[in-house]
Amino acid sequence: MNDFWIILVGALVAGSCSVLGCFLIVRKMTLIGDAISHSVLPGIVLAFLITGTRDSVPMLIGAAALGLLTVFLIQLFQSSGVQSDAAIGIVFTSLFATGIVLVSLYTQQIDFDLEHVLYGEIAYTPWNTMTINGFEAGPKAVWIVGSCFILNLILIFLFFKQFKLVSFDPSLAAAMGIPVLFFHYLLMSLISLTTVAAFDSVGSILVVGMLIIPAATAYLLSDRLSRMILVSIGIGILSSIIGYFSATVLDASISGCMVGAAALLFGLAFLFSPSHGLVSRFLKRRSAMESHS
Amino acid sequence: MNLLDIINDPNTRWILLGTMFLGLSSGVIGSFAYLRKQSLLGDTLAHAALPGICVAFILTGVKSTSFFLIGAALAGLVAVFLISVLTRYSKIKQDAALGIVLSSFFGFGIVLLTQIQQSEYGNQSGLDTFLFGQTASMVMSDVYMMMTVSFILIFTCTVFFKEFKLLSFDPGFAKGIGLPVVFLDYFIMMLIVAAVVIGIQAVGVVLMASLLITPAVSARYWTERLHIMVILSGIFGMLSGVSGTLISTSVNNLPTGPLIVLSATVWFFFSMLFAPKRGVLSTVWRRLSTKKKYSLEQDKRKGSHPL
Repeated sequence: MNDFWIILVGALVAGSCSVLGCFLIVRKMTLIGDAISHSVLPGIVLAFLITGTRDSVPMLIGAAALGLLTVFLIQLFQSSGVQSDAAIGIVFTSLFATGIVLVSLYTQQIDFDLEHVLYGEIAYTPWNTMTINGFEAGPKAVWIVGSCFILNLILIFLFFKQFKLVSFDPSLAAAMGIPVLFFHYLLMSLISLTTVAAFDSVGSILVVGMLIIPAATAYLLSDRLSRMILVSIGIGILSSIIGYFSATVLDASISGCMVGAAALLFGLAFLFSPSHGLVSRFLKRRSAMESHS
Repeated sequence: MNLLDIINDPNTRWILLGTMFLGLSSGVIGSFAYLRKQSLLGDTLAHAALPGICVAFILTGVKSTSFFLIGAALAGLVAVFLISVLTRYSKIKQDAALGIVLSSFFGFGIVLLTQIQQSEYGNQSGLDTFLFGQTASMVMSDVYMMMTVSFILIFTCTVFFKEFKLLSFDPGFAKGIGLPVVFLDYFIMMLIVAAVVIGIQAVGVVLMASLLITPAVSARYWTERLHIMVILSGIFGMLSGVSGTLISTSVNNLPTGPLIVLSATVWFFFSMLFAPKRGVLSTVWRRLSTKKKYSLEQDKRKGSHPL
């Protein structure tokens, strides 16, 4: 049963990240996802210091606020003439550093250590259960990450057309009266929410990996955004299953192995994808040359 | 402890010297990375160094900075190679390629790190200090290593200044006059790898990118000339290294890396606000004075041509 809960949490994290990751990939903004997942740390720590509990709601608010601040600061520096990648680098390193300094200053009050921040404690999630009216309702992480997954799915499903247009042709979207900036910030807040929902159980490294790698894999496997999202969710879930079992075999970090499995699947798609893979393109070129001669 | 005590302590003095040179050299090489729009390459290479360090530890079984240097450099080379393969042979863009390589190398590194921590060496390997950096874990030979590599980096940047300048601003022209562009490209990346490797012990894998990016961006605010920018960036890096180390030794329980990063950020904000031509304050002042001059002229015109 514990195996099932851990895999379920991993799969839900992977699913919610990979939906959003698709939009980051097509908008060429993957590194903003990386930046947000680092810079929510001070928000979580501040929420924790102010409220004094590890309650999820203040942490979600704190992290979402910091996520939006990150995006805002990056745009501010960019518009003042700093190159975009350097702006991302400055913002996330300084916010993450602030978070670490806060954690070290208040070590007594905060009971998460810094390595937990990076690679989480997914192995412990089954024991942190939630009870509603005396009814055992399964691990808390499942509920948090699960509701985040459903929220992402609903919003993306409802506003799919808007998100799609804003990603591929922002000026047309603006001309059609779609509030481009609003959808930009909506996507960014979804990323921050997902990051912090996943953060406690799986750590920031799995979030970054799951934001980028399954979506990139799906990008190589399909040419339609809707299909890409579905493929990406499937790959995310598959890599969390493979990752969990290889972690039990290797006796190593579960979230690290899940990222490793995603990277492996990406490698396979890079080589053997029917339309964009290295091998299949090579075969196609050779058969085209043969048919010519 | 007050400042004098800290400076009189020989151990701290060595560490200060180390972080000073680290800041200087990463500031210098970082300005070329910034101009070549490769700022986040440093971030990827720093994360990619983790599995290299772990493999070096597993193979040799000792905690030796020179083996780590080799391991991290090899891992960095593999990462650079993979990034160029991904962007050249598929429709994956540069940013996604950086992200993929970063997270998969780091995930792999975490797997190896947990393996090492569970093995007989246990936690005494001290490899986890590499995540966030801790100068307290540095010994004399590490400082020597940092200084040697920094000297080589700065010396190389001085010798190849003209080539690097040309490559940063106009790679097409550089190719046209017969410079080995591809070789120089990899050469600069190797220098970045070297800076990252000596930096991760003091600053940590996660934040090393900051030392390459932030001083360079700060320096860019003050000047339009490359050699001044490179020197300034080195100075900013050096100041951040020194002040971060001083604060972390005077306050208990604070990791050095984040403090160095925050000092660099303070310098960045200072430059962004007060730089003479490109700074925010001077821009606002210039805009206001132009506006005033314009409205004065308008008034004058109105006065001379009454309607």
